[in-house]
Amino acid sequence: MQSIDLRGVSCPTNFVKAKLALEDVDNGTTVRILLDDGEPVKNVPRSLKADGHKLVGLKQADEGHYILELVTAEE
Amino acid sequence: MSDDKQTKLDLGNLKAGGFIKERGKDLFTVRLRVPGGRMTVPRLKKIAEVAEKFGGEFVHLSVRQSIELININYKNFDAVVEALGEKNQKVASCGARVRVPVACGGCEYNPNGLVDTQKSALEVDEKLFGTPTGHHKFKVAFAGCPFDCPKSATNDIGFQGAIEPQLDKSACISCGLCAKSCVPKAIVMDGDNKPELTAEQCIWCGDCVKVCPTEAWSVRKKGYTVRIGGKWGRNPLVGTLFATFLPEENVSDFIAAVLDWYKQKAEGLGRIRLGDTIIKEGPEALLDHLRGQFPENIVVETIPPQIIATQVGK
Repeated sequence: MQSIDLRGVSCPTNFVKAKLALEDVDNGTTVRILLDDGEPVKNVPRSLKADGHKLVGLKQADEGHYILELVTAEE
Repeated sequence: MSDDKQTKLDLGNLKAGGFIKERGKDLFTVRLRVPGGRMTVPRLKKIAEVAEKFGGEFVHLSVRQSIELININYKNFDAVVEALGEKNQKVASCGARVRVPVACGGCEYNPNGLVDTQKSALEVDEKLFGTPTGHHKFKVAFAGCPFDCPKSATNDIGFQGAIEPQLDKSACISCGLCAKSCVPKAIVMDGDNKPELTAEQCIWCGDCVKVCPTEAWSVRKKGYTVRIGGKWGRNPLVGTLFATFLPEENVSDFIAAVLDWYKQKAEGLGRIRLGDTIIKEGPEALLDHLRGQFPENIVVETIPPQIIATQVGK
């Protein structure tokens, strides 16, 4: 599965980077996005949801960051 | 002075105030009416044109979201009003009247906004603008959520957008983001790793709904939290809680009801603000007055507006 690592990237750069990376991903693909704890994990999932992607999972890794799993928008 | 040099002015334009004497001779600041701070681009262009023709080198953006034209000669009042009128731009109020409402950007484009504060500000401005209180100024502000950028509780009546959340446990993926985002810690994850809400601790900010990746949290009830009796200045007061989840469509009636009470109770007390009137009469008197008309929204009890000491450390 493709991963987009946004650890160490702050808002709003992380969201814009995610958007740019997702431009190259086919519709309906499952992608994993790594996000820092704090503001990034509060803001980025919600913004990606508003862009039409389907959020299917969010788990905290042992190292403290979050792993967001989403299916890219159908159109 | 001969008759043909006598300046003629339409004094009707000055009725609600908004023309404020500057230092020196003949010059005035003209405060424009910009409810909620929303300014269409064509109006902005017209204002720039009028400022260039009749005003000084700059305009001033007031603290309450108005554009103020600076250095306007009183002889040009009628021409300024007429030119602004071409794009439907009106002059604001000052003095002991209902002022132009302040509002945040609202909810149309701002992802934080829970209610349509822009609509409320426009409606209140249309219905109550310039109403004389008989006593003192009367300020209203609308905040779209409990972040409260407009500092609603420092107004005579402050409205703050609020939602009551509800949970659909079957849609919850146990990510824990709601509990993590809940500033007052009203949500904690229970033994089954599902969120549990303690309603008494909730401040109705909606962060759980906003942050939820699966829409397991949704809006059960929406409206305004209403605080009354605030003001700033030399003797600041913070307004206290009088109503919860007031429906957006009841806002103008609510303000009118508070104004009725204020006009009556402040009679004979001179130049007194609403908050000081509440301190004098007791908050129960105002709660009772409002309860008949808004039984579902008025709180059971409250405390008087709270005095803020500004000379701390003196």
